Amino acid sequence: MSKRPSLKSVRLWLLGVGTPLVLLAVWWFASADSTDTFFPPLAEILDRFRALWLFDHFTSDVLVSLRNLALGYAIAGVAAVAVGFVTALSAPIRWAVDPVIHFLRGIPPVALVPIFISLMGFGLEMRITSIALAAFFPTFIATVDGLRAVDRGLLDVASVYRLSRGERVVSVLLPAAGPQIFSGLQVSLQTAFVVMIASEMLGPSQGIGAMTLLAQQSFMISDMWSGILLLGVIGFAANFLFDLVRRKVLAWYIGSRRLARAS
Amino acid sequence: MTSPHLATTPLEGSLGGEPQGQRPARLDVVHLAKSYGTGDGAKKVIEDLTFSVSAREIVCIVGPSGIGKTTLLKCLAGLQPTSGGRAAIDGREISGPPPEMALVFQDYSRSLMPWLTVRKNVVLPLRHLRLPKAELKARCDEALEAVGLAHAENQFPWQLSGGMQQRVAIARALAYRPEILIMDEPFASVDAQTRFDLEDLCLKIREGFGMTILVVTHDIDEAVYLADRVVVLGSKPARVLRIVDVELPSPRDQIGTRALPEFAAQRTDVLSLIKRPA
Ligand SMILES: Nc1ncnc2c1ncn2[C@@H]1O[C@H](COP(=O)(O)OP(=O)(O)OP(=O)(O)O)[C@@H](O)[C@H]1O
Ligand SMILES: [Mg+2]
Repeated sequence: MSKRPSLKSVRLWLLGVGTPLVLLAVWWFASADSTDTFFPPLAEILDRFRALWLFDHFTSDVLVSLRNLALGYAIAGVAAVAVGFVTALSAPIRWAVDPVIHFLRGIPPVALVPIFISLMGFGLEMRITSIALAAFFPTFIATVDGLRAVDRGLLDVASVYRLSRGERVVSVLLPAAGPQIFSGLQVSLQTAFVVMIASEMLGPSQGIGAMTLLAQQSFMISDMWSGILLLGVIGFAANFLFDLVRRKVLAWYIGSRRLARAS
Repeated sequence: MTSPHLATTPLEGSLGGEPQGQRPARLDVVHLAKSYGTGDGAKKVIEDLTFSVSAREIVCIVGPSGIGKTTLLKCLAGLQPTSGGRAAIDGREISGPPPEMALVFQDYSRSLMPWLTVRKNVVLPLRHLRLPKAELKARCDEALEAVGLAHAENQFPWQLSGGMQQRVAIARALAYRPEILIMDEPFASVDAQTRFDLEDLCLKIREGFGMTILVVTHDIDEAVYLADRVVVLGSKPARVLRIVDVELPSPRDQIGTRALPEFAAQRTDVLSLIKRPA
């Protein structure tokens, strides 16, 4: 397994990095002389981007949004995996919890926001709770499915060699369900992102989503575009980081799948 | 009809945990029956099995595919409940995985953790034994060396061939140093040379560690070469057709032993039992 990238993969990389740059360039030149209020020149948008997000609103809004996202997502991830384990490994709990879960998962995550507003008001707790709850379900369901699908053969090995409960969880169940848990976490990340923005569109105008909406309502079109641009960048960065972690943790899985496909 | 050495060897189908011959029985299987499922849908796999394995003995189980050999081993390893009779180690009934036992599974592709390297797979069962670090490493090195996989210790199971994976599973069992080692067609997917080496390894660890070994195999030559006794299973649901005492001089030797006329006679004996329509 050589580490040196082949010519082909270098070319693919260039394509991946180059395409967005080309699109940005097209946007830049096509919009350069634009007088349309709704499609201001990219130069102007970038200007506002720098002024708004990198200076004026960085701590007051960007950081607040990111913190809500990170906190809500982290709570969701940890809780979903933990509750998923308890649910999958205990038959009575599974029977008790299953119907409730299937009822709740059917509700679109954004629809939960009003409920939390009426319960908790417009504060940060409401936003974080909405994000956490919405992001909980995809990972929870994936964890339960993943654990139910763990190979009987591996569990038999764990029994024969009398692994302790802790060893079983850490060395067998968690890694075996790992690929599915990560698929769930990825969906949860998108959900958390959507709910983060949605939760900011109500209540106090704090956060990236709130600022973007406010800009649109006040016809500050360049500001609105810069907000959308920022959301795009954050979404991209979050997915990029997620993929980095996934590749590291699931290296065995990715490797074995690649080998299985090749043979 | 049965063995010509009745006087010195255990009687076929003898019951209970009483000492037999010069060695006490370690593993006792008495009228063991096993069905999968319950009620109308129940599938009877094992009708009635009785045999025992003495301390430091090597017993091979042969029988046609699908007769219930793996099922029997799962009952002995405490992975499946029995539906009748009993299985006991040193007179204690087996109700869960016994601490003194290791099992090498038939399905090697589902018995190694794909997220652990070869070495970590071997170490996994040893962790809760709380061995000193040096001993842990020594055991692991020795086991991997014994199956000829020292060079592959940092690879993942899915990077190895089937035969190599099976040898990792064997190494894992060896490093565990069980008193009773049970193996389900352990050498089925390795080449002839490696197979001979592993058979001799099996004889060597019996001498070296005083292990009691039970091996399921399809290969009658292998059964006769390895075993002190061969348990021949037949009919459906499974019964013991015969327990054949293998009277071959030890130490055994791949070339010498297999060339003996007694060897040919013994294998013909077993083969005729299997070939005979049940
Ligand atoms: N978990 C199970 N539930 C129901 N039936 C089973 C189960 N496991 C095995 N069987 C059945 O029991 C019978 C014996 O299977 P077993 O795997 O023990 O045979 P075997 O002697 O090991 O065969 P082979 O030599 O091919 O490995 C088969 O008919 C099989 O279909
Ligand atoms: Mg089998």
